[in-house]
Amino acid sequence: MRRVVVTGLGLVTPLGADVETTWKNLIAGKSGAGQITHFDTSDQKCTIACEVKPADHEYGFDPDKRVDFKIRRQVDPFIVFGIDAAGQALEDAGLVDMDEDMKLRAGCSIGSGIGGLPGIESESLVLANKGPGRVSPHFVHGRLINLISGQVSIKYGLMGPNHAVVTACSTGAHSIGDAARMIKDGDADIMLAGGSESTICPIGIAGFAQAKALNCSSNDAPEKASRPYDKGRDGFVMGEGAGVVVLEEYEHAKARGAKIYAEVVGYGLSGDAYHVTAPHPEGKGAENAMRMALKKAGLGEGDIDYVNAHGTSTMADTIELAAVKRVLGNDLGGASMSSTKSAIGHLLGGAGAVEAIFCILAIRDQIVPPTLNLDDPDEGTEGVDLVPKVAKKREVKAVLNNSFGFGGTNASLIMKAVD
Amino acid sequence: MSDTEERVKKIVVEHLGVEADKVTMDASFIDDLGADSLDIVELVMAFEEEFGVEIPDDAAEKITTVGDAVKYIEEHKG
Repeated sequence: MRRVVVTGLGLVTPLGADVETTWKNLIAGKSGAGQITHFDTSDQKCTIACEVKPADHEYGFDPDKRVDFKIRRQVDPFIVFGIDAAGQALEDAGLVDMDEDMKLRAGCSIGSGIGGLPGIESESLVLANKGPGRVSPHFVHGRLINLISGQVSIKYGLMGPNHAVVTACSTGAHSIGDAARMIKDGDADIMLAGGSESTICPIGIAGFAQAKALNCSSNDAPEKASRPYDKGRDGFVMGEGAGVVVLEEYEHAKARGAKIYAEVVGYGLSGDAYHVTAPHPEGKGAENAMRMALKKAGLGEGDIDYVNAHGTSTMADTIELAAVKRVLGNDLGGASMSSTKSAIGHLLGGAGAVEAIFCILAIRDQIVPPTLNLDDPDEGTEGVDLVPKVAKKREVKAVLNNSFGFGGTNASLIMKAVD
Repeated sequence: MSDTEERVKKIVVEHLGVEADKVTMDASFIDDLGADSLDIVELVMAFEEEFGVEIPDDAAEKITTVGDAVKYIEEHKG
């Protein structure tokens, strides 16, 4: 059977424009939250988010680094973040210059939950105010979700499968899981896989606030707003950014002497069949996804060392924790579990991929990132190591990453150190 | 350089991200400045906005160089 390993990583997050800066800040317990600067929030219920910082910030993102000026002008920020993260991952894997045969066997599966919402919003206003003759000719392909995969394939000449998952907040995890299958099935030897999102715009914030999903009660204390598993949690904080990994067939990676971070050993997916925004109250869908992933990985209770929870800082956190307990045991079989959304917010379609990368780095550095703002843990958290506030050194061999999305879609990934 | 020429060149630089000294009157949008057909649609829109002229599709198709654009605008602006 073909095995799939991770050989490259790329990140653009509210805590850094690359993998190492983001990870260093995450482990140091920093928060990426602050007042929204992308637009005037004076009439919004929610005025805070975890924004990717501008280029002149200490750990800001320079869009010119990997994205051509002309493309950057034409496309929404989620595509810019995605192209940059994909470029980082290829550079990390030593795969920027592949020969033609390799390029034929290299593909992309980089998705997004919503896609180019800021551009849809602004061009709709152009349409309304100036008429159809002023709508940008780049409007459509600058907003489409599969245009990260499209742009990346054009930039790097990748002629293998070109795919994009759209499963709301499960997108990043599904992208990696599906791409791993494409490699297993022999469709490709190398896949760039991940997710990206950038919807911190008036209609994005208003839409999620109206859906009662966003924290609207902590505008004066943004860094305290995302507090998964805490009794005082009151909705998620929107983040933005991208995470992309290079997945590679194991023998292929070994033959070229690639650095191998981890192996993708388990992937489970399910549907809640319950409600468009609320998870099933018994967490059956989440449980099914985790069980499927564990079964495929050939692992059981006690084999997982770290769980990166979906943990959005909403009431759903309790449901997820109960499901994880049913699957791994009341003490999670000794696993630590944290929600890094406490630090970087919820990257929606980017979340699953960014968090998968955090899981991989936990394996690399034998340290697990903290759950910030866990001042008063909710009922049901007793006896569970939620890594409150401070990162924790520990043995990490196998990790479980959960992602759940609107529509009742669930994905669980399991990755393991390669001996 | 006429005022029209200067403003046209500025728009081209802003939209295509090319060096200003490459934007000569003879420069072809596609062959010399790296534009594609959609970029030209966008440029024509920007010229229409900037100069308050209307450039119909059949006229836009004949605008292939910076000089063509300047000439058309000079002849049609109010």
